[in-house]
Amino acid sequence: MTNQTNAPRPAVSVRDLEKTFVLHTQGGARLPVFAGLTLDVFPGECVALHGPSGAGKSTLLRSLYANYKPGSGQVLVRHGDSTVDMVSATPHQILAVRRHTMGYVSQFLRVIPRVSTLDIVAEPLITLGTAPEEARARARALLTRLRIAERLWSLAPATFSGGEQQRVNIARGFSVPYPVLLLDEPTASLDAANRATVLELITEAKQRGAAVIGIFHDADARAAVADRLFDVLPVPSQAA
Amino acid sequence: MTMIPQTPLLRVEGLTHYYGSRLGCRDVSFDLYPGEVLGIVGESGSGKSTLLSCLSARQDPSSGRVLYQSRHDGEIDLYRVSEPRRRLLMRTEWGIVHQNPRDGLRMTVSAGANIGERLMAVGARHYGDIRDQAIDWLGRVEISDDRTDDLPRTFSGGMQQRLQIARNLVTQPRLIFMDEPTGGLDVSVQARLLDLLRGLVSSLGLSVIIVTHDLAVARLLAHRLMVMKEGQVVETGLTDQVLDDPHHPYTQLLVSSVLQV
Ligand SMILES: Nc1ncnc2c1ncn2[C@@H]1O[C@H](COP(=O)(O)OP(=O)(O)OP(=O)(O)O)[C@@H](O)[C@H]1O
Ligand SMILES: Nc1ncnc2c1ncn2[C@@H]1O[C@H](COP(=O)(O)OP(=O)(O)OP(=O)(O)O)[C@@H](O)[C@H]1O
Ligand SMILES: [Mg+2]
Ligand SMILES: [Mg+2]
Repeated sequence: MTNQTNAPRPAVSVRDLEKTFVLHTQGGARLPVFAGLTLDVFPGECVALHGPSGAGKSTLLRSLYANYKPGSGQVLVRHGDSTVDMVSATPHQILAVRRHTMGYVSQFLRVIPRVSTLDIVAEPLITLGTAPEEARARARALLTRLRIAERLWSLAPATFSGGEQQRVNIARGFSVPYPVLLLDEPTASLDAANRATVLELITEAKQRGAAVIGIFHDADARAAVADRLFDVLPVPSQAA
Repeated sequence: MTMIPQTPLLRVEGLTHYYGSRLGCRDVSFDLYPGEVLGIVGESGSGKSTLLSCLSARQDPSSGRVLYQSRHDGEIDLYRVSEPRRRLLMRTEWGIVHQNPRDGLRMTVSAGANIGERLMAVGARHYGDIRDQAIDWLGRVEISDDRTDDLPRTFSGGMQQRLQIARNLVTQPRLIFMDEPTGGLDVSVQARLLDLLRGLVSSLGLSVIIVTHDLAVARLLAHRLMVMKEGQVVETGLTDQVLDDPHHPYTQLLVSSVLQV
C-alpha cells in the first residue's frame, strides 16, 4: 500500500531505538543510553540534538551511521529509490548508504597515516566515481574556503593543530552533496571566522535539501542553523 | 542515483575443519563482494590460518562449501571440481601472500624470474614482454630495475615481501589471500608495505581476505572484520563497528588491550 499524498517524507526516520552498552571487561556492567527513541528528520531541515554531557548525543549520531549497533529499533534512511534500515542492513548495504547518502563529520578527525590532506578531502568523491581532477578541484575549493593554508594541502594532517584537523574533517564531510549529514560538534575548537564558514556550509546544505542532524555545543551556532531541538535525555541507570 | 546490485565473488557456507580430533575452525559462513577487503583477527590458535587454507584451496575442509564466481565459467564449487581445475583457478584468478616470503617466493631464481615464471605459468611465451612486465611490476612495488637479476636472498625482508606481492599480482588475480603479510617486519617497513597494499587494492579493485593480529592494520585495510576464538567466528561486522562498539567479551578484551586503533 503506497501513500500518495504530498506530505513530505522524512529522509531519516528513527523508530523506537534502544542502545545499551554491556561492558564485559568491567564485570558485565550495563550502561543504558537511550530507549524508545523516535525521531523524523525531513529534507532541508536541521535538527539539533540537545542534552547534557553523557546523555547519549554522540551515541545516537553514531547509531544512525551504523558505527554503533543499537540493540533494537530501526533507523530508516531514504537511499536513492529505496529505504534502508541501518540497524538490520548488511555491511554491504551500510557501506553503500555511507558512500551515496549519509555523510558523518566526527568530533575528531581520524587520520589515515601518510595520506595528504588534499587526498583525504577528495577521496569520498573519487570513491563515487568522480574524475580525480574534478574531485581535487572541489577539495581545493573547500580547503580554501575553510582557510587551510595551501602549503598544508600536500601534507598528512597528523601533525596539524586541533582546529586545522577539524576543518579538514569538515571539508571531507562536505565534499559530496549527501542527502543526509550527521555533524558531531562541527564548530567546536574553531575561531569565529571559521565557525561562520561552517554555519554557511550547513545553511547551503539545507538549501539544496539535505537533512542535517547535528550536535552544537555553542548556543549561537545552534540558533543560527537549527530549525528545532531534539532532547536526548539521560536514562536513569537502573539497579540490576 | 543508480545502485548496481552485485553478486558475491565468494560464498562460504558452514566451513569446518578438524585435524583428526582437534578443531581447526568450525561452521564459518560469509559472503565476499568484489572489491571488498575482509580482515580476520583473533587469538593465536583460533583457526585463522586453517580457515584461510580451506578458503584458498590448500586444505580440504572436513565439511562446508566454498563457492567462487569465476571470470568465465560462472560459480564454481571449489571442492567439487577436479584438482587440475582448482589449480588453474589458483594460478589465474587468485593470489596468496604468505607471512614468510620464503613460502611464496622461489629463492633460487632472480627477482625478475620470480615474476616472469608466474606469467609463463598462465601461458606467456614472449621473453621480451615477460621481462618488460616483470620490470614494470618491480617498479610498482618500489623495487628498482637494477635489482631485476638479483636473487631474493639478497633483498631485505620488506623487499622480499613486496616481491612476493608483485609475483602474485602480475597475473591480474581478482582475489588475494594474505596471512599476516606485515608480520615480522619493522614498523617503518610495515608502514610502507601497508601504503603500497592500500593503493594496489583500491586501484586494482581487488578482493582480499587478510589475516592479521594487528588491529591498526585491520582498521586501515579492511572493510569488514571477523573475530575468531577457539575455531569459531564470535563477532563480525563493519571494521569500525567491531572496533568502536565491540559486543563479544573476547572482542572487547582484544580492543581494550591495545592503546588506540
Ligand atoms: N563505545 C562505547 N563503549 C562504551 N560506552 C560508551 C561508548 N560510547 C559512549 N559510551 C557511553 O555512553 C554514554 C553516552 O555517551 P555520548 O558520548 O553519547 O554522550 P554525549 O551526549 O555525546 O556527551 P558529550 O556532550 O560529553 O559529548 C556515556 O556514558 C559514555 O561513556
Ligand atoms: N597441521 C596441523 N595439524 C594439527 N593441528 C593443527 C595443524 N595446523 C593447525 N593445527 C591446530 O589447529 C588450531 C588452529 O590453528 P591455526 O594455525 O589455524 O591458528 P591461527 O589462528 O592461525 O594461529 P596464529 O595466530 O598463532 O597463527 C590450533 O589448535 C592448531 O594447533
Ligand atoms: Mg558527544
Ligand atoms: Mg596463523
